Amino acid sequence: MRVGVVTFPGSLDDRDAARAVRACGGEAVSLWHGDDDLHGVDAVILPGGFSYGDYLRCGAIARFAPIMDRLVPAAQGGLPVLGICNGFQVLTESHLLPGALIRNDHRKFNCVDVDLAVENTSTAWTSDYEQGQTIRIVLKNGEGAFVADNDTLDRLEGEGRVVFRYGVDEHGRNPNGSYRNIAGITNERGNIVGLMPHPEHAVEAGYGPSTDGRGFFTSVLKHTVESAATA
Amino acid sequence: MGSIVVDVMLKPEILDPQGQAVAGALPRLGFSSFSDVRQGKRFVLTVDGAVTDEHLAQAREAAEKLLSNPVIEDVVSVHALDEGHDGGHDGDAQQVGAARTQDTAVRTAAHETGEADA
Repeated sequence: MRVGVVTFPGSLDDRDAARAVRACGGEAVSLWHGDDDLHGVDAVILPGGFSYGDYLRCGAIARFAPIMDRLVPAAQGGLPVLGICNGFQVLTESHLLPGALIRNDHRKFNCVDVDLAVENTSTAWTSDYEQGQTIRIVLKNGEGAFVADNDTLDRLEGEGRVVFRYGVDEHGRNPNGSYRNIAGITNERGNIVGLMPHPEHAVEAGYGPSTDGRGFFTSVLKHTVESAATA
Repeated sequence: MGSIVVDVMLKPEILDPQGQAVAGALPRLGFSSFSDVRQGKRFVLTVDGAVTDEHLAQAREAAEKLLSNPVIEDVVSVHALDEGHDGGHDGDAQQVGAARTQDTAVRTAAHETGEADA
């Protein structure tokens, strides 16, 4: 099971993502943004960070990197792809996922542990979770507010494509102003998942708020093995 | 050398935290007349020689593909910069595609920025 992790100029969490893949039993393969080859990987992670310094819009320039010319059609063809934080921003800029991420409504960068409700366990990246389960992982972003028009939001909810939702505080507010408390979404097929919080920082006891992030990586491992068995 | 100006604004329905921050600072400086602020982006694209229709067509395409994200932003205007002016009120202003400019949201956004050429 080979999981590619793409490094863009300014990627920050690529090594943590690769480490999480290995910690959960997979083989991590480093992919370079300027390389137009996916090297036969079984899944791809777009990691967190600040690709191209977040210039123009977060993820907007990374979206046109040579490797994306390979990744976009592969993802449309069913390759499991996970976008974490900046990776989620790249996925929305690529139009692989709907909506966009804008500056937090409170205008501050925040780094907090968040509780997420798991609302869809049929994606390639979430099958090892229980429907309705709450997981606690870290969120760290300045531009993490998920926005979309109401029709898109209604469609995402109606089709069960909201994968994770933030818990809210006593004022009913989520950590970054995301519309309808949406923390992560998937495409129609369920192979592409994007979220702002960081599962790769919660895979080992003693590091991070929990080991709740492991489910992403064990899920995609099983998904790939099952896909191979039925192929 | 000629220049083409591309103006991009967040759609009116999208929250603009930067504009809000500016709006919050204005009254502290005694500017009490402004009830809201929306912050946009201006790109100046330079070409060799005079600006041609082909340059403008390419600028419009670039504006839609890279300079703006249609999910959250509108391309308010794409026009050649008149060297006699500082931009924003150019006589030869040219609008982006008709479909976009017919959009109420675009006109609203343009109105909000006070663009004379919108």
